[in-house]
Amino acid sequence: MNVRLIPAILMALMWMSQPVAAQGYGGLGTKAEGYDVPQRGTQLQFPRDHGAHPGYRIEWWYLTANLQGEDGRQYGVQWTLFRSALQPPQQAKRGATSDWHSTQLWMGHAAITTPDSHHVAESLARGAYGLAGVQAAPFKAWINDWEMSGDGGGGASKGVGNLALSASGTDFGYRLALSSDGPLIFHGDQGYSVKSASGQASYYYSQPFYQVQGQLELPSGSVSVTGNAWLDREWSSQPLSEDQQGWDWVSLSFDDGSKLMGFQLRQSDGNNFTSATWIQSDGQTTAYANNKLKMTEISRSNAAGREVPTRWRVELPERGVDVTVQALNKDAWMETSFPYWEGPVNIKGSHAGVGYLEMTGYQ
Amino acid sequence: MRLASVLRVLWSHWTYRPLQFFALLIGLSLATGLWTGVQAINTEARSSYAEASSTIISNALDYLERKDGTPIKPETYLALQKSGWRTSPLLEGQVQFGDGRSVRVVGIDPITMPREMAALTQPVQGEADQDGSGGLVGFLVPPFTVFVSPGLADLKLNVANIGDVVVSENLPEGTLLTDISLAAQILNKPGEISRLVLAADQKRTRVNLSEVAPQLQRIANTSGADMARLTDSFHLNLTAFGLLAFAVGLFIVQGTINLAFEQRRAMCRTLRVTGTSMTVLTIALLLELLLIALVAGTIGVLLGYFIAALLLPDVAATLRGLYGARVSGELDFHVGWWLSGLAIAVAGTFLAAFWSLTKLIRMPILAASRPRAWARMSARSTLARLAASGICFALALVLYGWGSGLVVAFTIVGAVLIGAALLLPDAMALIISLFEKLAVRPVSQWFWADTRQQLPGLSLALMALMLALAANIGVSTMVGSFRLTFEGWLDQRLASELYVRAADEQQAQQLRTWLAAHPDVDAVLPIWSVETRIDGEPGQVFGVADHRTYRDQWPMLDRSATAWSDVAAGKAILINEQLARRKGLRVGDPVTIDEASRQYKLPVGGIYSDYGNPHAQAMIHVDLLTQLYPEVPRRRHAIRVDPSKAADLSRQISAEFGLGGRSLVDQALIKQRSVEVFERTFTVTQALNVLTLSVAGFAIFTSLLTQSAMRLPQLAPVWALGLTRRELAGLELLRGILLAGLTMIMALPLGLMLAWLLLAVVNVEAFGWRLPMFVFARDWLMLGVYGLIATALAAAIPARRFSKTEPAELVKVFAHER
Amino acid sequence: MLLQVTDLKKSFATEEGRLDVLRGVDLELAAGERLALTGESGCGKSTLLYLVGALEEFDGGDIRIEHQSLAGLSDRERAALRRDSIGIIFQQFNLIPSLTVANNLSFHARLAGREDVAWNEQLAQRLGLTEFLKAYPEQLSGGQQQRVAIGRTLAARPKLILADEPTGNLDEKTSEDVLNLMLELVAETGAGLLMVTHSPRMADRMDRQLVLTAGQVS
Repeated sequence: MNVRLIPAILMALMWMSQPVAAQGYGGLGTKAEGYDVPQRGTQLQFPRDHGAHPGYRIEWWYLTANLQGEDGRQYGVQWTLFRSALQPPQQAKRGATSDWHSTQLWMGHAAITTPDSHHVAESLARGAYGLAGVQAAPFKAWINDWEMSGDGGGGASKGVGNLALSASGTDFGYRLALSSDGPLIFHGDQGYSVKSASGQASYYYSQPFYQVQGQLELPSGSVSVTGNAWLDREWSSQPLSEDQQGWDWVSLSFDDGSKLMGFQLRQSDGNNFTSATWIQSDGQTTAYANNKLKMTEISRSNAAGREVPTRWRVELPERGVDVTVQALNKDAWMETSFPYWEGPVNIKGSHAGVGYLEMTGYQ
Repeated sequence: MRLASVLRVLWSHWTYRPLQFFALLIGLSLATGLWTGVQAINTEARSSYAEASSTIISNALDYLERKDGTPIKPETYLALQKSGWRTSPLLEGQVQFGDGRSVRVVGIDPITMPREMAALTQPVQGEADQDGSGGLVGFLVPPFTVFVSPGLADLKLNVANIGDVVVSENLPEGTLLTDISLAAQILNKPGEISRLVLAADQKRTRVNLSEVAPQLQRIANTSGADMARLTDSFHLNLTAFGLLAFAVGLFIVQGTINLAFEQRRAMCRTLRVTGTSMTVLTIALLLELLLIALVAGTIGVLLGYFIAALLLPDVAATLRGLYGARVSGELDFHVGWWLSGLAIAVAGTFLAAFWSLTKLIRMPILAASRPRAWARMSARSTLARLAASGICFALALVLYGWGSGLVVAFTIVGAVLIGAALLLPDAMALIISLFEKLAVRPVSQWFWADTRQQLPGLSLALMALMLALAANIGVSTMVGSFRLTFEGWLDQRLASELYVRAADEQQAQQLRTWLAAHPDVDAVLPIWSVETRIDGEPGQVFGVADHRTYRDQWPMLDRSATAWSDVAAGKAILINEQLARRKGLRVGDPVTIDEASRQYKLPVGGIYSDYGNPHAQAMIHVDLLTQLYPEVPRRRHAIRVDPSKAADLSRQISAEFGLGGRSLVDQALIKQRSVEVFERTFTVTQALNVLTLSVAGFAIFTSLLTQSAMRLPQLAPVWALGLTRRELAGLELLRGILLAGLTMIMALPLGLMLAWLLLAVVNVEAFGWRLPMFVFARDWLMLGVYGLIATALAAAIPARRFSKTEPAELVKVFAHER
Repeated sequence: MLLQVTDLKKSFATEEGRLDVLRGVDLELAAGERLALTGESGCGKSTLLYLVGALEEFDGGDIRIEHQSLAGLSDRERAALRRDSIGIIFQQFNLIPSLTVANNLSFHARLAGREDVAWNEQLAQRLGLTEFLKAYPEQLSGGQQQRVAIGRTLAARPKLILADEPTGNLDEKTSEDVLNLMLELVAETGAGLLMVTHSPRMADRMDRQLVLTAGQVS
């Protein structure tokens, strides 16, 4: 999901005094000079491409999970690692001063969402002294004390089939074990995912078939949970066109085993750009280009002072999908360096199920 | 329509008596202005504290350092981060650049830097990177953006890859701030970390420090908390001032409103007789008051803004110098001030008008008009005032005896002030009638009699003056006492000429050897301490050498005759005032200190004052300290040297050992700074004093002026019997000065009482220590002169007006048409 | 001659222009003589009295009291004259509100340095004020207040007593009593009395009468 590049770029700008608005989302429109750019037709290689791609400006490992306690209570869990390059690698080498020097910045976001609370933590590090990073094999992504690591097995997933996941904040923590037999899913054209009419694109693949088991630590105590999870991997250098202001993204897992990934990029001229991938339970995919997917706001609610649409109608007529997506907890606001809304949803309508919703650019 | 015409009729009073209207407006504006001004200064200062804590880099936050003082390795930092700690590396060092200047280079990691430190990289306004290419990217990648303190703006950096050099006022002087990667290169300290700054909120789940990095120790940085306490004390003063100023202003307002209501009784009666309902009349009066309050409030807020803008540089300097707190010195205009300013103006007006209004509403429709009733104070109201005053004093006494807490302390102050103010008119009347009885000559007899009769009309203004004077005396005494105590205490505590802290134990050893061999050095005194528990409380225990520096200088509140010999023999412990007060310890009582494995018990040999430190502290002989805690860090020392040679020695140490900044402190510098700071504090106090006094002076002026019209019937008969207008005007002036003088005499004990309450009650409740009170009689004299000048000015104008009154005007008093 | 007024002129600036109140008044008063000054309302009787009483300044002519001219006297000298030589009784508001009756009574005499305690006591008694000596003026009736005013003037023993409708505010009976008392006491002190009145009955009781018309005496 390319649009998640924005936090990574903004992360690079957040510390200093310049107003973010001055950089705006236009920061993502800057030319990718000196960086690598995704090419259509490239065959992704595994396990190599599970690892980091420092030649690209931005990249992330993004895991969301819909979980249930033994008492049937619903939970959502998020674990994200963003990588952001400040300079292309060639240039970066010339400016090296000491071992502290790094042009790679890392930012982790972790969250647990319950029906009535939302816990968020952020972790930051520079790419020096092994404080944060991602290695392809055996797979391991980490930042400070947060970790997502594979045991090297997991057949069809080529190294990420079994994962151990952990993160914690001042008021929460979790430890989850994930496993999947399903194949990796490639969005767009074999993982080449177009993001705008003018051709901006990223590499984008997923592993949406994880079964999850684990333990949540909440202020009220420990909870044993089970459920399913979805991993997104994406990297690019110049993902958005200048007039794109924010986006709405869903990953939906239906009760019949089929899944839908869809997003719309909201453009200032009102011609929103949509994209979707239909995933059958056996891993067969169909990509839908612009305008096939329809996402319509039903109602907004107040989250941390902003009006955010937490109830949506999602339609993909070609698959007979016409569902209502409703946030489990309307207050799933991510109060991080770059704030956005991210939380679990329940699905009703032509299909039933659970999923995750992400929304950015709502002021 | 009915309401509008009623309003028009009521308003005609003000056009008939514009002076009264302006008195009301100015009084209310001044009161609101002082209040808003003080609020503005307070909020502005407070809002700067978040950034303030970063002034002395990371000093406000706790940090980790190696017990042996050597640099921390990045691997240790990594291990801590992986164990759930949230820390940020910081590298410090001294380096000489091309132009020979020695600069303290501080390297930080902006990624993990706690938010509390963000202000460090805030450049001065107007120099922010406009093109957006800078920001974090510019800080982290070449060409590097570096930040320097204002004094280093012209620094020549002979370092490759430096881009923008941004001047930041938030940096301590002589500091260059850059990314840790570049700092490591400039300082040639690759792979070194001086300190790990701890984020304010740490995860509960983090692994214990002793398991991850047993070689590190956590340095609790209490300076932040101390600063907050001290700045709180400053704001307490300001707030008290603001409240007093407002109260003083309200006296004017109440006087004027009262007068206006009384003078309009006939008007109101006519309105009612002609069919205006009480409801409409009341609404009209309320509307009128509201309008006046809003106009005056608006003027007041603007006035307050200017007062604040005028004073803020001095307040900022005070806070910066005294507490290291940073206030920008620039004032933003907050919407909140408008609202609170207007609200307090409206509330104050209605409060002041409450009695007049209820009296008017209760007035029978055909009650006789008694135009001078407002000025008359019957025996009944005297009794009521005495009773109210008695209740106030009784309340203060009861609270002093049985209450505790800051609110109670302030209630006591308030009760004493109100009680004394209520007592003033009757006390004055008593004194004046005494003079009247003693007077022999007819003019002086008349003078006293007339003064007594005029008293009721002036009593509110005189109460205002007394409160203003008492506040002046009280706050000046408090600030003055604070200065004397604090400076004296600094003198004692900083008896040594130089204070030096070695980078590590090895350097400390070298330093001791070097200093011992140095011909100029008289003595090297260890300042070694451990964090432990003293009598169950967490605190610091210091080791002291047996030296005359301590015997002669250390500020003791109480001690046994043989205290220092006992300490030297390892047979006694000295504790600070805070611990003694909290634990109720006296000289001779046993105190335990926790050792690694057991408790060690010593009798208290003495109690010393320790201002600004909320924690427990104790001192034992240095040999005993090293015996009890063999691992105690031994890096800090005080050096006794001929003061004239101190600066030279400081330079030698700096050159020899590369120490500077926080590591090498010249005592003269600290003292000089603290003196400057207090000068600033005094400037602010003085300015507020003058302003409060001006308000009180204005209260007297308006009272005298509104009375002057009614003075003619009193003065005309005396004039007709053979006194000149000039003589009578002189007597009027004398009367004003005399009343002010009497008020001053009565304000003096009240002011001292106030000072005592602030020092001995409020301070103890707020900060846990009690300050000794010093009196400054010379200041009172100055204040007396100011007060007399203020009243003389206030009385001079009506008096002058009288001396210019045409005889025809005076004669009219007796004429038929009257 | 106790009082000599020659060609006295006084005018006031009013909204309609200059108003000539006195246009050359001449009169004389000997010691012990009682002179009534009558005339229509607004004819300038009171103004003449105030000029003679050194309260206001005149524009032309001269006033001499015991041969001393009032023309060109300073404020201070005029005050001294009021204090030492003149006693004035106004129609009302004569008294000093902040002083007791006793102190009001003796005030002028003490000011002039001529206090005579026995005389004061006698005056108080004869004026019927003994029981009010400790009261304040506002506690007295109008007639009582005028008695105090008369007593105060007589206590000071001035050579010239000026009275401006001294009983104008009182009812007929009281007025009669007060006047009788005043004339009796004035006679005892031997002072000259110039009284402004609009009552012919009162004027008849005096030695001489002068009528002021159109700013001149006839």
